[in-house]
Amino acid sequence: MSLDTVQDAIETPDQPQPFAELGMAPEEYDRVREILGRRPTSSELAIYSVMWSEHCSYKSSKVHLRQFGEKAPPTDALLVGMGENAGVVDAGDGWAVTFKIESHNHPSYVEPYQGAATGVGGIVRDILTMGARPVAVMDSLRFGALHAPDTARVLPGVVGGIGGYGNCLGLPNVGGEVYFDESYLGNPLVNALCVGVMRTDGIKLAKADGPGNKVVLFGARTGGDGIGGASVLASATFDDEKPSKRPSVQVGDPFAEKVLIECCLEIFAADLVTGIQDLGAAGLSCATTELAAAGTGGMDVDLDLAPLRDPTLVPEEILMSESQERMMAVVEPEKLDDFLAICAKWDVTATVIGEVTSTGRLRMRWHGEVIVDLPPRTAAHEGPVYERPLERPAEQDALIDNDGADLPRPKSGDELRATLLQLISSANLCDRSWVTDQYDRFVLGNTVLAQPEDAGMVRLDESTSRGIALSVDGNGRYTRLDPYAGAQLALAEAYRNVATTGARPLAVTNCLNFGSPEDPAVMWQFSETTRGLADGCFTLGTPVTGGNVSFYNQTGETAILPTPVIGVLGLIDDVTRRTPQGFSTDGALIYLLGETRNEFGGSEWAHVVHGFLGGRPPVVDFARERLLADVLINASRDGLIDSAHDLAEGGLAQALVEACLRRGVGARIVLPAWLDPFVALFSESTGRAIVSVPRSEEVRFTDMCSARKLPAERIGVVDLLATELEIQKHFSVPLRELRAAWTATLRDRFEG
Amino acid sequence: MRVSGAESVALWHADPDLHGVDAVILPGGFSYGDYLRCGAIARFARVMDSIIAAAHDGLPVLGICNGFQILCESHLLPGALIRNDHRKFVCKEQRLRIESVDSPWTSHYELGQEITIPLKNGEGGYVADEKTLDQLEAEGRIVARYLNGNPNGSYRDIAGVRNERGNVVGLMPHPEHAVEALTGTGTDGLGFFLGLVGVSA
Repeated sequence: MSLDTVQDAIETPDQPQPFAELGMAPEEYDRVREILGRRPTSSELAIYSVMWSEHCSYKSSKVHLRQFGEKAPPTDALLVGMGENAGVVDAGDGWAVTFKIESHNHPSYVEPYQGAATGVGGIVRDILTMGARPVAVMDSLRFGALHAPDTARVLPGVVGGIGGYGNCLGLPNVGGEVYFDESYLGNPLVNALCVGVMRTDGIKLAKADGPGNKVVLFGARTGGDGIGGASVLASATFDDEKPSKRPSVQVGDPFAEKVLIECCLEIFAADLVTGIQDLGAAGLSCATTELAAAGTGGMDVDLDLAPLRDPTLVPEEILMSESQERMMAVVEPEKLDDFLAICAKWDVTATVIGEVTSTGRLRMRWHGEVIVDLPPRTAAHEGPVYERPLERPAEQDALIDNDGADLPRPKSGDELRATLLQLISSANLCDRSWVTDQYDRFVLGNTVLAQPEDAGMVRLDESTSRGIALSVDGNGRYTRLDPYAGAQLALAEAYRNVATTGARPLAVTNCLNFGSPEDPAVMWQFSETTRGLADGCFTLGTPVTGGNVSFYNQTGETAILPTPVIGVLGLIDDVTRRTPQGFSTDGALIYLLGETRNEFGGSEWAHVVHGFLGGRPPVVDFARERLLADVLINASRDGLIDSAHDLAEGGLAQALVEACLRRGVGARIVLPAWLDPFVALFSESTGRAIVSVPRSEEVRFTDMCSARKLPAERIGVVDLLATELEIQKHFSVPLRELRAAWTATLRDRFEG
Repeated sequence: MRVSGAESVALWHADPDLHGVDAVILPGGFSYGDYLRCGAIARFARVMDSIIAAAHDGLPVLGICNGFQILCESHLLPGALIRNDHRKFVCKEQRLRIESVDSPWTSHYELGQEITIPLKNGEGGYVADEKTLDQLEAEGRIVARYLNGNPNGSYRDIAGVRNERGNVVGLMPHPEHAVEALTGTGTDGLGFFLGLVGVSA
């Protein structure tokens, strides 16, 4: 069968089209017909189907995401807000920082290595597109139960893919998280974050301005990888003589991306582009419609000119291909030769495939025939928007009411000791170095802090002492119990983690991982989560700068735990003042900051010891979080503390173990007399941290806490010669035994 | 190099001109993605012809990680580097013992000195035939050995070797990540560069 041109579409208005197979609802298809005043060509149908997909159009989430703008706190920290490829934060002295997190969940289940690898590649290109040099990555990972058989397939592949791609790009991986829960068994979460640095005058935007300017496709050639729905169109119009078994997951080429990064940065430095967009989801469809829609409004493209890896590809496939490592630039004609010369220097294929017009139409030709003629805004920005029904599920009350207050708790010293060892060796609290040792954390030479520190920290550049700190956090069990609070708890923890290192938290990115939006219970979780996050960001004064939504993370009727993953970016003027996590100074006094309550809803203790989920998650108090952050930041700047570690899952016990093991230093602890020792050790109350204070600074430090009315309780002392963590009157554990329990779990699981 | 007081000059792979430099460092990385054997393509870069010729004339050349692999592929150093025995990339702080100080790259260290610098590689297993290994040992050409456990399956715990003359050194760990305390594992790696620029120990 032949090409489906605009002329064909006019002449055969009633030809049946496979819109349903492409995931389009009948009313969406009708709307396309209405916009065009005729049936779409198969190429146009390809464009609309991918641009109006949930993934690209945010059609189910848009009405909720608007709150991030409506409730945005007043701030002068943002240079570019939501809507571009990534938000940009003012870092002072003419520096700007851009960061974003994005999911690559479904591909990582199908093909863990390539799925995760291309997740890193995609987010790095988003950051590059803003004009920044990518300087670090992080990732937030969720897998099925640690001992589920499929976890042994998915996790090593995902970790290998992240390492394989990021290490080859030469980007340090400075932190992140790894969680296990059975709900993620068929839906692992791979959320990749990238941060980039630039000068404020170097910001690039994704728009095609200026009629007559050239549209250049550069980077890798377009291949058949990542084509999902296009096969429906292809099989409808072509016979079976093509290479049919193509991977549905894209295949990454990190070396091509590395070369593309250096090539782009040289092009940016020479000021040779007026607009730029990376090709990610929806490939050429997305890049052409979005660039045209944001600029003068029109674009003519000769699709034949796109360099192909596979010459048998048809227009529909070229438009939908998600081949990696591609970019599209808009270049003034007089700058084209310089642009192409830089591409040639880096051996990057670059091809002029069209030009900007003022027609208000995106037109594409194939062998001289017009196959696409549409108003680009209708594909890029005016897709369907749904107010999906939402309903608080009936079982939510039962979940909260069954609060686990009667679960048996350890009492004696021996029982507390055994509980501590059981927890620190459990899947979600044990040492992550089996994973993180597969990532390069040193490359580029600017890494100040990396995993297992509370936040990753990198210096902006060797010429400055300014730095950024980043943390990503999320807790699906808290969010299951209370989605509004769950989002706020994740935000509070990421905020606290950044402040713990001495950096001032400034901006937020988020990746919202949920089940099907067509399930009213899931949609209720989603709406509560976005409301909680928007309210939290307003109260903390940290605006959302961008993010990503991943729906349909479910197997059959069973959705994953609702999992908002929140990334917080902070700035620090002088990275030499950063506060590390581990105890290091002999005789330093250990203080517990904040208040400890009897809070075990959604806790690791309830999960690990009793396999129980119920009750309410810990209370969030943003005023306390701000106060704690102020104290931690000031104490860092004034040299009052030499270590700090936030308290989160696993409570005080976990924090003490990690602070001791970081440098192999012992400590003697006296628990506050008025607290039940079990509550003191394992409660997950928020707004808390432990710090170690050199004796010479104790008075200044406690004066600062009391002046600001932050509860600070002296609970012990760092003992460099001690080879144990002693909880006086209750138990002690040799560091050797702690280390063995903490470090063996992942290694034994994946090496065994 | 800058931290140790020298001026650094970037050499371009397709440009055979060495621009009059006093020494060459082939850094780590993933040349051509390492999809083929590590360093096997980079060894044919035009600049390598000049570097190989200059190395034969005594120009100091240090290959770190991927650079070490390129030097082996270029036959400036014996042996080869293969995938880690545990099949995974490894990034860690590595203890080393310096075993040869007869090279401008190691003259800043004392024989037997122990240092800690980052190690990060996927294909860092040093291999050579028994005869070559015996010869390297006999001639004192093993520059550094891994301590406290072999991280990648290298024969005889070899972390780095040199040529007979001593001007060419290949090293799998990364001394350039241990030149300032803030961003690395300390300053133990600085010696590799200070020796070259003539700062005495």
